[in-house]
Amino acid sequence: MGLLNAVVQGVLLGGLYALYAAGLSLMFGVMRIVNLAHGDLGVVAAYVALVLVTHTFLPVWAAVVVTVLLSAVAGYLLQRLLLQRSLSSGPLATLLVTFGLSVILQNVLQELFSADTRSLDTGTFATAAIHLGEISVSYLGLLGLGLALATIVGVQLYLSRTATGRMMRAASDDPEVATLVGADARHVYAVATSIALASVALAGMVFAMRSSFSPTIGSMSLIFAFEAVVIGGLGSLWGTLLGGLGLGLAQSIVGYYDPADSILAGHLLFLAVLALRPQGILAARGT
Amino acid sequence: MSTTRETAPRVSGGFRVRRDSRLSRYGMLGLVAVCIGLAGLPYVVYESVTSSLVTLFVLIAMASMWNLLAGFGGMASIGQQAYVGIGGYTVIWAADQGINPFLGIAVAALFSAVLAVPTSLLAFRLRGDYFAVGTWVIAEVYRLLVIKSDSLGGPSGRALTGLSDMGLTARNAATYWAALVVAVVCVAAGYLLLRGRVGLSLTAVRDDEIAARAAGVDVTTAKRIVYLVSAAGCGAAGGVVVVDALSIQPTAIFSVQWSAYMIFIVVIGGIGYLEGPLLGAVVFFALQQYLADYGTWYLILLGVVAAASAVWMPRGLWGQVVHRTGLRLFPVGYRLDRTDQQ
Repeated sequence: MGLLNAVVQGVLLGGLYALYAAGLSLMFGVMRIVNLAHGDLGVVAAYVALVLVTHTFLPVWAAVVVTVLLSAVAGYLLQRLLLQRSLSSGPLATLLVTFGLSVILQNVLQELFSADTRSLDTGTFATAAIHLGEISVSYLGLLGLGLALATIVGVQLYLSRTATGRMMRAASDDPEVATLVGADARHVYAVATSIALASVALAGMVFAMRSSFSPTIGSMSLIFAFEAVVIGGLGSLWGTLLGGLGLGLAQSIVGYYDPADSILAGHLLFLAVLALRPQGILAARGT
Repeated sequence: MSTTRETAPRVSGGFRVRRDSRLSRYGMLGLVAVCIGLAGLPYVVYESVTSSLVTLFVLIAMASMWNLLAGFGGMASIGQQAYVGIGGYTVIWAADQGINPFLGIAVAALFSAVLAVPTSLLAFRLRGDYFAVGTWVIAEVYRLLVIKSDSLGGPSGRALTGLSDMGLTARNAATYWAALVVAVVCVAAGYLLLRGRVGLSLTAVRDDEIAARAAGVDVTTAKRIVYLVSAAGCGAAGGVVVVDALSIQPTAIFSVQWSAYMIFIVVIGGIGYLEGPLLGAVVFFALQQYLADYGTWYLILLGVVAAASAVWMPRGLWGQVVHRTGLRLFPVGYRLDRTDQQ
């Protein structure tokens, strides 16, 4: 029964990884940008929510909503003011800019909040769970998985049903032609980054409710999100969901036998996929 | 595409194709003089000066290797700390086998290059930005594997044995020379590599990869050679770090911070110029020393400067120097001089 529980926990953990990875996958799919500050932006959101909860009258859920909205605005501005310029400054520029941003965010958080670990207190919700025999399904785990599914379904619908979404796909295929036929590539890119930041803010806050966090954990989140994207297949959001679940399962099942090897197991799954099926589980169409 | 005759000046009509200029010959002589001067430093200055210069030399070595990889090979990596760590642990392991730690630095370079072969097979499956994060994951895997080894000290690390019978002054001087040699060899290796066939292949790839492949350039081999050399250099630098600190700690030696240092130095100094990392390392080092009392603010400042340079000054500080003066200390390209007007 312990193993079955490990599988269930793996799925829940994988949901959170997929939520982290969705934004990374979207930004890569649309702009071919790997945002190395992705994980750190999630951590920033967690600290913003923490500050809102401690210093204002807002309840946690309201702080979460405010933080997501702030992140969406920040994402739009980040793309328009910084990343858009770096796209035209050579192939390495976005990588260097987002890596620089990552180091800046980590160290600023450390100067502001010290290196101590914090957590986002949600009262009894943090420990509430549905018990089925030996299996316990925590509400927070379900929340992460549910948000991941909602984000991915939402983004897929957005890409296929709305005018901006369709322009986003067009701009992804060929920005110049898309601009010729009337798409504003810069606006479309900024909307994509905005969605990415809103989703990673959610992921960062769910993580902060599940376990303690500190200024430097963003790197680990980035690595897990990245692994989920590659395992699933570049440029495919459904693949990213599968990749997240695969990573969560690998970590949780190996962790059931030896907790010390859980993270290594995730990395090895990633390397195995790289060696045996480099296009990922679900390869993107046409690439 | 013969590269054997390229160093001989070719004369055609009123023009002459040459690699060096008078300015670059003086620059090169100046650099040699600086190296000789630096080598004599332990006899002249206090040990506190030479021991802080060890840090500078390590930074120059690592940054030169990252520049070779990213600036010339087009492979931006965030995983070179893998080889810093492997090099460091190789020195520890070699000392256990009775090998002198200073000799161990050479072993570290060799072993890092050997491990880079299988690593490159995996990492080369990823392109561009994905290569960058993929190499980071591989560095994490090396760290997690090392932590599992009890004989290497596990998660808490170990002390370096084998230097205890050496006097403090002699050891400090030897560490300084070792660091200087590693830095000089790293810079020189990059220069020689780029002057040769590999450099020509990489230039062709940079200009147009598809055309280069069509013309018969073995792109993958050229990139792999650069990757191995870069691993060896970072391994040697990691060895120096451990000899300098006399101990190793897995989280610190495999820290992504090393990559952050390399990247900031190269981007600020000038990516794609052999001189860039030298200039960048001096700037980095000066800021680090000057702002040492203000915690991590120097890193924040450097991050801002690096990100800003990447967008608004993509060729870095040395790019500005070249743009204004045309000075190249390490001539790896060709220049066209008129010969009929003199």
